[in-house]
Amino acid sequence: MKQQDNKKHLFDNPRNISIVIRSLYIICILLVLLDFVLHRHVMHEWEHLTGFYAIFGFAAFVVIVLGARQLRKIVMRKEDYYDVDD
Amino acid sequence: MWMTELPPFVPFFIAALMVLISSGWPRNLVLLVTPVLAGLYLWLDVTPGTVLTVPIIEFELVLMRADRLSLLFGYIFHIAAFIAAIFSLHERDTTQAVASQLYVGSALGAVFAGDLITLFIFWELLAISSVFLVWARHTERAIRSGMRYLVIQVSSGMLLLAGALLQYYQTDSLTFDFIGLEGISGWLIFIAFGIKCAFPLLHNWLPDAYPEATPTGTVFLSAFTTKTAVYALARGFPGTELLVYIGAVMTVFPIFYAVIENDLRRVLSYSLINQLGFMVCGIGIGTALALNGTVAHAFSHIIYKALLFMSMGAVLYRAGNIYASDLGGMYKSMPKTAVFCIIGASSISAFPLFSGFVSKSMVLAAMIEEGYDYIWLVLLFASAGVLHHAGIKIPYYAFFAKDAGIRTEEAPLNMLIAMGIAALLCIFIGTQPSYLYALLPWEVEFWPYDTTHVLTQLQLLLFAVLAFVWTNKIGLHPHEIHAVNVDIEWLYRKLLPDAAAYMYGVYKRIGYDFIESAHASLKATARTISRTRPGRFHLAASWPTGSMVLWIAVILGFFLLADALY
Repeated sequence: MKQQDNKKHLFDNPRNISIVIRSLYIICILLVLLDFVLHRHVMHEWEHLTGFYAIFGFAAFVVIVLGARQLRKIVMRKEDYYDVDD
Repeated sequence: MWMTELPPFVPFFIAALMVLISSGWPRNLVLLVTPVLAGLYLWLDVTPGTVLTVPIIEFELVLMRADRLSLLFGYIFHIAAFIAAIFSLHERDTTQAVASQLYVGSALGAVFAGDLITLFIFWELLAISSVFLVWARHTERAIRSGMRYLVIQVSSGMLLLAGALLQYYQTDSLTFDFIGLEGISGWLIFIAFGIKCAFPLLHNWLPDAYPEATPTGTVFLSAFTTKTAVYALARGFPGTELLVYIGAVMTVFPIFYAVIENDLRRVLSYSLINQLGFMVCGIGIGTALALNGTVAHAFSHIIYKALLFMSMGAVLYRAGNIYASDLGGMYKSMPKTAVFCIIGASSISAFPLFSGFVSKSMVLAAMIEEGYDYIWLVLLFASAGVLHHAGIKIPYYAFFAKDAGIRTEEAPLNMLIAMGIAALLCIFIGTQPSYLYALLPWEVEFWPYDTTHVLTQLQLLLFAVLAFVWTNKIGLHPHEIHAVNVDIEWLYRKLLPDAAAYMYGVYKRIGYDFIESAHASLKATARTISRTRPGRFHLAASWPTGSMVLWIAVILGFFLLADALY
């Protein structure tokens, strides 16, 4: 059942990975630039800030990662923590 | 063409019986045809306003109350049952097949129930039928987890019954309509719904049991129990402001657990609570737009969540492992599953053109409209969190990341078809939302695709992706490790047993020998019984039910007393 896998896959080539990441950078830059060009109708005062959503998205993600690292310090136990021996 | 007043649970209960006495392709035929025919019947023949009552003793049980709200949940439950049935066609396990049909039928029974007693009956059947999907995994962990699940679910039903009876005593009515938080009965029912809806602190049964169920069982579980609770809340407690805050907490705290959790199906379980949070918020706001948002989100959520659970179920089925730390590079063996998973991930993250976008935005828009500025920010934060654990973590660690060298076959054909249908629906709803909007219970003008909305959503999501790339690059991102993350279940899985053991130790030390001897004789009896085959399985399985009956008596007794003292 286990066949030998000699095939080169899509992301075995580091170039493809960097293409993906570079396109992400480019799209992100474009999205911020669009903020200057397009007229956004805003429902809320915070939204007036240029790039509000971009900054918020980035910051939220970092906060989540940092928060999760702290949470781990509190709640993480060994894998057999709940195991009962009987 | 059919009789017009057939309660929607009936076809599935008949199917359960037919599944029980058949096997092989006839059984598969029943599993596939039932949701299609029953769904068509609901779609074509049942119009809003249809009511079917059955008199029992002095009560009128309303077995079917069809309006636009219950019908919409009815439709999506049939779609989910159909997709999950395809996904489980390879299964030969009779218990699971029967349980799944009873489970779907119970969910439909609850959604179409017009009075609280009917609701209670199906509420409990929902609990009892679904636990077999957990137990069917046959592991020690699954059995124990299923037991905890059952006790908690049945307690929810007990509270519902107590609340219903109290309401009957006070108002002489058992109708299931707006309930509200007036008086004890309202609170009891609220907490009963809250348990099934995984409110914070009452939530732990979900990430405890769902990941322990079978690959196919979890797909069923993810669709019905919690969404029945969402329906019940939308029916009984719309506009209850407390729900806005409860929902907001539900969207946030599971994110952090999902980030550090290694079992990818447990990640999805926490993510399920997060998604329920958005729906609960919508119910709390209670405007037409918000409630429409809630049911629309329930609709699209059922499909993409099932899709995500199916993709992880397929990985578990093929690789025999679902830990992020042990997987990676699976796209090489299971490219189609990977694509379907990414579609599910894009939908839950609410990327434009995918289903989550067109439904979640209604809740967010309603929130701003009603002036919940800070809660709106919390939901925005939670949206970035969804992107993290469900949008990126699930597909990235399973299918990409570092190649763990696991080589398997692609998922079986039936699984691919089921995932394919779900993926198509995600894109269809995302690109053609008007069809879903036309089904929504309330008349509201809403269109998600305008420049502002698409642009801001893309900015939010893609900059969060950017943050993922960055945190991963500098090693800030938490590594995936085998571990247990303690949650509120610690109280009943650690503290209580440890306290009991401690108390026992104390008793023993101060010389209560008779306790020991009584214990020894009890143990001996238990051992004799447990040596017999029925004892090993059936009796052991029913003791919580027995103790629950005792607790009903205690609870009811308490309320009678409380009432008498008033």
